Amino acid sequence: MSFDGFRETLEVLGRNKLRTSLTALSVAWGIFMLVLLLAAGNGLRHGVEYDFRDEATNSIWVRAAKTSVPFRGQGPGRPVNLDTTDIEALVREVPGVEYITGRYYVRGPLPVTRGDAAANFEVRGCHPDYQYLERTIILSGRFIDELDMLGRRKVAVIGPSVTKALFGNEDPLGKDINIHGVNYTVVGEYDDQGGEGELRRIYIPISTAQLVYNGQNRVHNIMFTTGAAGLAESTAMAKHSREILAQRHSVSPDDRRALVVTNNQIQFQKIMDIFDWIRSFVWMVGLGTLFAGIVGVSNIMIISVQERTLEIGIRKAIGASPASIIRMILGEAVLITAISGYTGLTAGVGCVELFRRYLPANEYIRNPTVDVRVGLIAIALLVVAGALAGILPARKAARVRPVVAMRAA
Amino acid sequence: MRAEPIIALRGVNKYYRSGDAPLHVLRDVDLTVGGGELVSIMGSSGSGKSTLLNILGLLDDHDRGTYHLAGTLIENLSERRAAQYRNRFIGFVFQSFNLLAFKSALENIALPLYYQGVPRKERNQIALEYLRRVDLEDRAHHLPSELSGGQKQRVAIARALIAKPKLLLADEPTGALDSETSYQLMDLLRAINAQGITMVIVTHEPDIAARTDRVIVLKDGRVHRDGS
Repeated sequence: MSFDGFRETLEVLGRNKLRTSLTALSVAWGIFMLVLLLAAGNGLRHGVEYDFRDEATNSIWVRAAKTSVPFRGQGPGRPVNLDTTDIEALVREVPGVEYITGRYYVRGPLPVTRGDAAANFEVRGCHPDYQYLERTIILSGRFIDELDMLGRRKVAVIGPSVTKALFGNEDPLGKDINIHGVNYTVVGEYDDQGGEGELRRIYIPISTAQLVYNGQNRVHNIMFTTGAAGLAESTAMAKHSREILAQRHSVSPDDRRALVVTNNQIQFQKIMDIFDWIRSFVWMVGLGTLFAGIVGVSNIMIISVQERTLEIGIRKAIGASPASIIRMILGEAVLITAISGYTGLTAGVGCVELFRRYLPANEYIRNPTVDVRVGLIAIALLVVAGALAGILPARKAARVRPVVAMRAA
Repeated sequence: MRAEPIIALRGVNKYYRSGDAPLHVLRDVDLTVGGGELVSIMGSSGSGKSTLLNILGLLDDHDRGTYHLAGTLIENLSERRAAQYRNRFIGFVFQSFNLLAFKSALENIALPLYYQGVPRKERNQIALEYLRRVDLEDRAHHLPSELSGGQKQRVAIARALIAKPKLLLADEPTGALDSETSYQLMDLLRAINAQGITMVIVTHEPDIAARTDRVIVLKDGRVHRDGS
């Protein structure tokens, strides 16, 4: 469209302000909703990704409870206890295990003192690899290591809440704390993104925990990561682990209560799949809304053509070619959709930005964003949409016979 | 009659398909109009005079017979070609003026040049000149609703002339005007005709027809009388 044609189009649109703005509103609304929905979808997705950030998503968790089916002459209800040898067996027999740790929960919380300061904290025995599975961040000092394990040393790695309660602003490294009557030396300080609860823990070597708290060689659960294994491989690893442990404990391999094996990757994958679905759904709804806007534009353009039969007839009588009439109507449709769409896009992005800034921290929606590509796609979509909306009315206008228009006058 | 006829109709027939039976509007019309003639077409309503004018103006097509416009056979004209001919050869003046209500007098006059691709500034300048010719330069930026009937028709005439047509077709140009204004308008049209533009005026008013050089009377779709 030439500049002259553009000017002509603007003039015509400006002449009918109410109709133009109502039409524009429907498209603006469509794009606005599309942007908001996409941002909400992204926000939910980010929220879940954030929830997973403090755990390795490629991990398999094993927990044991009581048998629920009879097996090899033993009745149900028999408790199954995992121990350190199970961990050794898994490392030996399941190929692909990357990091592995057991957990020993010391019944608590236990009273912990240092000088006059005292507070209750949860105490957990674990292997050195634990830090990778929980994505624990070492703030200072170090995490538990193999020497601690071998020597069953009384060392502790403490969370920020523990430091604050017992040491205030003092550096806790190398200092002793007393956990329920036993002295431990603080060797490290950790941070964890999992929330307040995970900052109130004290980690000690699992070998020490078993010794001090009369656990023999028991572990409460076992976690290991599967490295770069795909979903199929990790599923196979989970199955294999179950078989090995079932055999070691004379449990039916089908007893899902006695041995609970959870593949985090499947959980993560499931949730991400849900979000992919949500994303598709959001696009569908958004495009649907936009489509309604397009139909609205088309509809109003048709009415507009109807109303302007005389005008179009006159234009044709004084030499407007059908092509120029089509250009005129199409130009109007594209201009309306483009301008109003852009307005809707801007309003949508502005709204999302406001939300992002003032959204109170919560567990579900985080960092709602729309990326630039989506905006560009939306704009391209709009121009196409405008042209689509214009096609029908434009063809109708081009078919107007000047005689008919004139006779109507 | 001059050497090269602008309009040459031979055995032209036109039907309208309304309802069951086709309506035979024009029956074997033969008509020749030479360059520079001032012709009126008279007839009662339903005589086919407006249909004839529409066919002459390429606003409607005929069913049988031949039509030569300035020596060119008009046959199966595409809409695009018809628009070109209308734009370059023919000017129209209508009973109801048919000005675009949202455009000023000047812009209405300039519109045919818009469709010729003449730049805005240039076409407005030319339009102003034509506005001067119809004595309305002081009304250049008035909307049609701010003009009297006679002024509107003069704007319409200026618009019809701006593309320098060979043929001016007027359909009841005085139909909406009082007698005095009508006569003034006829004087204007005669003056334009005197500059060499062929003119065909459809009217049902004898005193308007009397101010043309040649009167063609249509009756029931046939040429009933043709003479001055």
